[in-house]
Amino acid sequence: MPLSPLYISLKVAFVATFFTMLFGILAANRVVKLKRFKGVIDGIFTLPMVLPPTVVGFFLLLIFGNNGYFGKYLAQIGMSVVFTWQGATIAAAVVSFPLVYRTSRGAFEQMDQNLVYAARTLGMPEWKIFLLIIMPSCWPGVAAGTILAFARALGEFGATTMLAGNIPGRTQTMSLAVYSAVQSNNREKAFYWVIIIMGISFITMLLMNYWTGYQERSKRKRA
Amino acid sequence: MILSVDIKKKLGSFFLNVSFQADQNILGLLGASGCGKSMTLKCIAGIVTPDEGRITLGDRVLFDSAKKINLPPQKRLVSYLFQNYALFPNMTVRQNIACGVRGSKATGQQIINQKIKALYLEGLEDKYPSQLSGGQQQRVALARILVNEPLVIMLDEPFSALDSYLKWQLEMELISNLEEFSGVTLFVSHNRDEIYRICDQVCIIDNGKSEPIVKTPLLFDKPKTLSAALLTGCKNYSQIRDLKNGLIEAVDWGVTLACAEPVPKDACYIGVRAHYLTPVASEGQNTIPCRILRITQDVFSTIVMLRPFNSPNLSDFANLRIEMKREEWAALGAKDELFVHIHPYNIMFLR
Repeated sequence: MPLSPLYISLKVAFVATFFTMLFGILAANRVVKLKRFKGVIDGIFTLPMVLPPTVVGFFLLLIFGNNGYFGKYLAQIGMSVVFTWQGATIAAAVVSFPLVYRTSRGAFEQMDQNLVYAARTLGMPEWKIFLLIIMPSCWPGVAAGTILAFARALGEFGATTMLAGNIPGRTQTMSLAVYSAVQSNNREKAFYWVIIIMGISFITMLLMNYWTGYQERSKRKRA
Repeated sequence: MILSVDIKKKLGSFFLNVSFQADQNILGLLGASGCGKSMTLKCIAGIVTPDEGRITLGDRVLFDSAKKINLPPQKRLVSYLFQNYALFPNMTVRQNIACGVRGSKATGQQIINQKIKALYLEGLEDKYPSQLSGGQQQRVALARILVNEPLVIMLDEPFSALDSYLKWQLEMELISNLEEFSGVTLFVSHNRDEIYRICDQVCIIDNGKSEPIVKTPLLFDKPKTLSAALLTGCKNYSQIRDLKNGLIEAVDWGVTLACAEPVPKDACYIGVRAHYLTPVASEGQNTIPCRILRITQDVFSTIVMLRPFNSPNLSDFANLRIEMKREEWAALGAKDELFVHIHPYNIMFLR
């Protein structure tokens, strides 16, 4: 049995999680500071979580398709994300982005703002405050969101099919492999991927619980 | 170095309008909770931007709405000791203090060690803030501020987060630690006792508006306004009518009183401190016949709430409060009625 869906899934999920973490944290940090249009922008950032994946896929095609708003410029330099693993990554990243964004935002908002104010009056530059004070105290929340986002990216199906298709060996992830196997009445193959997906997802959740417990323990050690 | 503040800010229905000048003497900002004291400090620190006005420190302009100057907090050299000390929980004591160093790392280590020693933090360098007592946390926060070498130190209710039995000692510690600081010190509190002990001069902030600065003893001896008298702990008030010839009618108490001083033109109220009201046996000049409302036993004293017989005012405003030693009250023999005497010298005229 070819293992390519496993590789593709992991590659897509890791790369997508890297970008969602980066952009999710930055977006949350920006939105928290906004004075106007906060609700609107927050709504837009959260939308991929509540929209049907097919709708997200539709929009992605509209933007990244070879005739899309952004895709046509990519096409001019000979690049295309449609039917590629990069496309699958974009789809997974967009769908899992709100999970990092929302948990990070919650963590930033719950933080004691006096810590930031104190750091400012002491003369610390904003980037240093973000890295040395905000991130460490919000990290448990951000990390939990990132792990959830990884699990979500790993299982992404709808938007991925629409943008990247279901090409064995190129864009077929594990969840797509399950779909194809069921379609072709290959129960055995479906079971095989189902068990692998469940194993990875379960391990991810275990890791998250262990992580939260570890955070609690190290906090208690300081107390 | 003079810190000059003149700012206005509107926050919903609350209007902050504060203006004062502070020099090397510790200036207290006294006001009830929610009167805008902390907001004033935040404006000076640059954390909050006022709507209009000007803040200058020596010859540096920190904020000027007309000239569109608004220095970031990082460049103001104004430090802020927060109520909860705002120590960084993920850093050790030494790392926390190191965050305050503005200069180079090498000279920084030296000054950090020096402050750790001066503030009795030796042995605690590698502890985390949550492992420290309230007093230790305060010393770390102060060390972090002192290594920062600011020109202004602002203390926002520094003792409110502490147990009362600790306060007294910490207060003395804080004052001695601040003695060698030569810049401007602002001390915010709603506690008149702290202000009296710590500050040389006081600026009262009443519902967002500042009053002129007065010397601390003067504020307590001769408060000028009703809010100042309230904040300095005066308990008995009446509206007045000037009857000329050294006589006034205390409207809320329903009596005529003789006073030692001429009545100022703008006086609308009089105030008398609880310990200047003395119970007497019979009616005479400057006595008020009263009914006893309630007797409360305090730790060392007895507090008695009285209602003047002839008071036309139905609200609690007209009630009198007297305070005396427990034995003295017991010796008086509790009755339903009481005459209290006010010495003409003890009447304070208020706007």
